[in-house]
Amino acid sequence: MNELLVLLIAPTLQTLYMIFASTLFSLILGFPLGVLLCVTDSGGIAPRPSLNNAVGRVVNVLRSFPFIILMILVFPLSRIIVGTSIGTTASIVPLSIAAAPFVARIIESALKEVDPGCIQAARAMGSSNRQIILKVLIPEALPSLVAGVTTTIINLIGYSAMAGAIGGGGLGDLAVRYGYQRFRTDVMIVSVIVILVLVELVQLTGSRIGKRLLVKR
Amino acid sequence: MGSEPFIAVRKLKKTFHTHEGALEVLKGIDLEIDRGDIYGIIGFSGAGKSTLLRCLNRLESPDSGTVTIGDVEITALDKTSLNGHRQKVGMIFQQFNLFDSRTVYRNVSFPLEVAGIPKARIRTRVEEILELVELTDKINCHPGQLSGGQKQRVGIARALANQPDVLLSDEATSALDPQTTFSILELLKDINRKLGLTIVLVTHELEVIKYACTKMAVIQDGVIIEKGDVRSVFLNPKSETSKQFIKINDEFLKDFVVEEGGGI
Repeated sequence: MNELLVLLIAPTLQTLYMIFASTLFSLILGFPLGVLLCVTDSGGIAPRPSLNNAVGRVVNVLRSFPFIILMILVFPLSRIIVGTSIGTTASIVPLSIAAAPFVARIIESALKEVDPGCIQAARAMGSSNRQIILKVLIPEALPSLVAGVTTTIINLIGYSAMAGAIGGGGLGDLAVRYGYQRFRTDVMIVSVIVILVLVELVQLTGSRIGKRLLVKR
Repeated sequence: MGSEPFIAVRKLKKTFHTHEGALEVLKGIDLEIDRGDIYGIIGFSGAGKSTLLRCLNRLESPDSGTVTIGDVEITALDKTSLNGHRQKVGMIFQQFNLFDSRTVYRNVSFPLEVAGIPKARIRTRVEEILELVELTDKINCHPGQLSGGQKQRVGIARALANQPDVLLSDEATSALDPQTTFSILELLKDINRKLGLTIVLVTHELEVIKYACTKMAVIQDGVIIEKGDVRSVFLNPKSETSKQFIKINDEFLKDFVVEEGGGI
């Protein structure tokens, strides 16, 4: 039992580190893209159909890459950014790049749910596009945005389990190396349980924040 | 004609391009509204009345023609000056269009934030205006906690917060029950009296015009077919549509004549 606990500590911390960092970076990359996609849509507040089309295409292409392939493809980029292409920190690069287009689409669809009447009212009051984005679109869409970020984190927990393939460590890696390759079924089960608990915790927190935001309305 | 009217609409045209082809919504509208008027524009749905109203703050851009308010030609403004101008034209809507994420206070403060007014002055102004619409006790509520009538009062407070010269009302009472409609119209008349605000309202309900307006125009198929004092249009409708409108409302026309036409 004790040995199991010791085995779990480092991979759990690695997983948390990967999820936290890749959530952060995928939001930094994906959030502005999502806003751009919403705003430049033909029905958006600053329609730019050709730009919207181009960005939309890039996002779709990135989203359709299988993660395992993407990890290998971004090796050179990881080397430039973090100095190495293997290890936990290196795996944050492909994780962020895989999640960013997903984040972009989720943010886009959350922002598009905002009542057009509200946007029109803001426009009638002389708001600039910037003010509409910051004062209307984002605050009004906040509950959906929180739900979207929750989904993103949960997806990243799943993806991060694959990081073992490039020596990224984490719980998924532990399950494969001990549980599968060394026939330690107990380790496999316990790692999966920890992942499950993580997912459950994230979902619970996300739902709770979302609910609290909605109650206030 | 004498002096220029406060709001002048000249030869305004607008065509929408839809999947089914071009739809000419405004076919050369001429309209003049004096300062302090409560001007009602009535028409059946699809007549173009909302489009006309939305051309006054350029939520809709006309294809040709001009709109002048005061000495500003709205149709000639660039984007930045248009935003500055819009800050001085309030607008209220059928569906209220309040911001659900903001409290009553922050809904009313929105136009002031947009106009870059300092925080301390925002507070006094919001409190003042909420008193005018009698919603001081709801200051920290969210729109979801209010009734339809209260929501529209917040809408009015928000529209008036930045002390506009004109208030545009787009079917603002159409989603309300008759009793609430009258209390909102009463409020609009009150504001018109107290602040000397010019109000342009669009409606499909003759009662609204009868109750609140000083002047009116009847619009049909993108053309103004009749305009003038509410009384003279009511008592002596010239066009078929006006007659139709008034025939539909025959019952209350009778009490209009009794009420207003005592001297006839």
